[in-house]
Amino acid sequence: MAASVLRVEGITKSFGGVQALKGVNFDIAPGEIHCLAGENGSGKSTLIKVVSGVYEPDAGKIEINGQQFSHLTPKEAIGLGIQVIYQDFSVFPNLTVMENLALNNELMDKRKLMSYKRARAIAGNAVSQIEFDVDLDERVENLSVADRQLIAICRALLQEAKLIIMDEPTSALTKKEVKALFAVIKRLQARGLPILFVSHKLDEVFEISERYTILRSGENVARGNTKELDRKTFVFHMTGRQFEDEFYRPSAAKREPILSVRELSLQGAYSDISFDLSPGEILGVTGLLGSGRTELVETLFGISQPDAGKIFIRGKEVRIKSVKSAIRKGIGYVPSDRLTEGLFLPQSVERNLAITALDRLSDHFGFLRRSAIADMTRKWIGELSIAAKSPALPVWALSGGNQQKVVLARWLANDLSILMLNGPTMGVDIGSKYDIHVLMRELAARGLAIIIVSDDLPEVLACASRILVMRDGAFVQELDPSATTESKLSELSTGIA
Amino acid sequence: MTTTKTADSVRRGRSARDPNLLRLLVMLVFVFVLMTVLRPNQFATMADFNSMMRQFPEYGIMAIGISLTMITGGIDLGVVGTANLSAIVAAKFLIGTVPRGAAPAQVVPYLIIAVLLSLSVGLVCGAFAGMLISRFNIPAILATLGTQQLFTGIAIGITSGRPQSGLPLLYSRIGNMEFFRFVPISFVIFFVVAVGVGIMLSRTRFGTYMYMMGTNPRASRYAGLNNTSITLRTYMISGLLSSVAGLIMMARANSAKADYGAPYTLQCVLIAVLGGINPNGGFGTIGGVTMAILILQFLSSGLNMFNNISNFYRDVIWGGVLILVLVFNKLLSWREERRAVRKSMN
Repeated sequence: MAASVLRVEGITKSFGGVQALKGVNFDIAPGEIHCLAGENGSGKSTLIKVVSGVYEPDAGKIEINGQQFSHLTPKEAIGLGIQVIYQDFSVFPNLTVMENLALNNELMDKRKLMSYKRARAIAGNAVSQIEFDVDLDERVENLSVADRQLIAICRALLQEAKLIIMDEPTSALTKKEVKALFAVIKRLQARGLPILFVSHKLDEVFEISERYTILRSGENVARGNTKELDRKTFVFHMTGRQFEDEFYRPSAAKREPILSVRELSLQGAYSDISFDLSPGEILGVTGLLGSGRTELVETLFGISQPDAGKIFIRGKEVRIKSVKSAIRKGIGYVPSDRLTEGLFLPQSVERNLAITALDRLSDHFGFLRRSAIADMTRKWIGELSIAAKSPALPVWALSGGNQQKVVLARWLANDLSILMLNGPTMGVDIGSKYDIHVLMRELAARGLAIIIVSDDLPEVLACASRILVMRDGAFVQELDPSATTESKLSELSTGIA
Repeated sequence: MTTTKTADSVRRGRSARDPNLLRLLVMLVFVFVLMTVLRPNQFATMADFNSMMRQFPEYGIMAIGISLTMITGGIDLGVVGTANLSAIVAAKFLIGTVPRGAAPAQVVPYLIIAVLLSLSVGLVCGAFAGMLISRFNIPAILATLGTQQLFTGIAIGITSGRPQSGLPLLYSRIGNMEFFRFVPISFVIFFVVAVGVGIMLSRTRFGTYMYMMGTNPRASRYAGLNNTSITLRTYMISGLLSSVAGLIMMARANSAKADYGAPYTLQCVLIAVLGGINPNGGFGTIGGVTMAILILQFLSSGLNMFNNISNFYRDVIWGGVLILVLVFNKLLSWREERRAVRKSMN
């Protein structure tokens, strides 16, 4: 048996009666890119934490480069060359690139004074290893998320990493940045460094990894060579469910547009945008970050005011002066950042759900009708099958998919005619993603007009009945999803053939 | 089936809030028993209760005002300045207009006008602070540090720093009235304020908006709440309550002065935090605040009965308690977070 860099056997771990891991095995060979896949809550993160010494397993063996351990401390794990790049990257935003990279070494050497000359040499060496072109004197807070991640990788290399574990590294990256990251991963592999890539996105698993391990509810459900894996099997192993192929076609009868936008412009964001939206339609708006897609829908939601152009609802010209006035006109919006814009994380599911409907759910004097609120909450928790133990639980205790359903329910509880969703399934597991897609199609079929803004191209293709591609603040082209492909879409949105 | 479900969720909702109230209750009983044992002949006598009921309403009402602003994610450090300024305006009006030797019946309309005048000054002061915070996006702590200085400065300016005395007798007579020769009117006012604000927070739409905006102002904007108006109204309520406290202080001292109640600011912040108002906004109840007021009053009255504890130590004690409570709350919230994570995994 060729030595594995890392091998774990029969790892179990439970937290107060909940078994997070139920006897997991897996191994990584030298120089291999291995993908650890699984839905949220499948035990991926727990496993990483066992391997990196954060958690002590209840049973099982960890073997690193032939050495056996029953458990590790974080210090031992680092000493053995195990480096984890967490989702938040743990870099110091207020320091420069150079300081971030050199700091650890300076501290490890117990130096009292920092030599900038030495630091520059260390940092320069680190970035050149992955051919990362960055200004060493730039403050990290001014860099993109993708660049911060590369800095975290460089720092791992400086600590003599023998295995790099990346925990969902692509969740905050654009398509282009993902490509760049993959190139870096390949470069690391070429230097003989094995990589454990943790993800729940199937495209990435197929693109980057050689072998895979899939966890579901704390158990190994599948492992093998990625070449021999197909999409359907992957999704089945991840979720334990079979899914239909997705597409949406609105009923043939074309109805009067409910929303018409004419030559709408907002300085620095988009210009000269015109389109119509009818009930029953799902309009997909796609484009890169910064293409003006978010600003466009936020204008329609009253967050910003257009500089020029007109908006009509049911043929009547309207001004959407505030979010409140958008809501009164029957417009709802699921913002792109669920955690900071969508939800009141420490507040209860009930409050998060009822917040936009409180005008209706209180009397003349502003007193809450509590039983009506409880009824409504119960109704929507049931209707969208939101997995919440109790409506009084804080909403942060829910999974990403269920959180997103809470935001959706908030709008559905209002009398809506237009629903706009920005990145409706970002950071949501496959099962919930499928549920949300089904729900959107059902809502459209019932006569709601829907706009989805997304750079998840398969999603746009699966859900939209019409696609508008945005680039540099303008519509490039309108497409019929049944007659287009992912590569065509990405070509149009980047402008690169 | 459905009814048991609601009952269950209501119970859970309660139990999520209860630990804090329970902790406060234990503390309250502990302080009470401790003081009773240490000073059996002075503490917890009828006379002592009566004097405590005269003391805490003025700062208790201001503490409720500060608590409201903290629930919305801000703070109002200008409460004492507002109280003094509004009381001085009322005092100046009374001293300047009420004819000497007027019969009580003649004085009543003046008193009504004076009270309304003082309440309006409170509202305007609050609106001013609310405006700075909501329209100009100035951090509440800085904006109200500024208003505190400004209001106090104006108060000194219009009085040259001298106490405004010579109020009509009727004012202090009403202000120091006691029901059943035991319950001071100031206590009744406090009670009404506490119940009213408690109902507003827990039972009205506006109360929910305050909690939600305090939790995440960005999300509240995306949910269609009018943050500007919520902030403005909150600080106006705080200003209004401050002016009520100012009127009570004016009755107790039978005068108004620019620097009455100077140490109350810190004490009120301490009460809010001790009472479970989250300094980051979004959480806390009036029940908790009320208990914190009582705990501090017991402590303070009790300490007064020790001749060897100088008043100079009082600041050390209040500051120390504030820091201890902050640290303790942080530890507790970490523990609760871990527990909730475990619960959600089950």
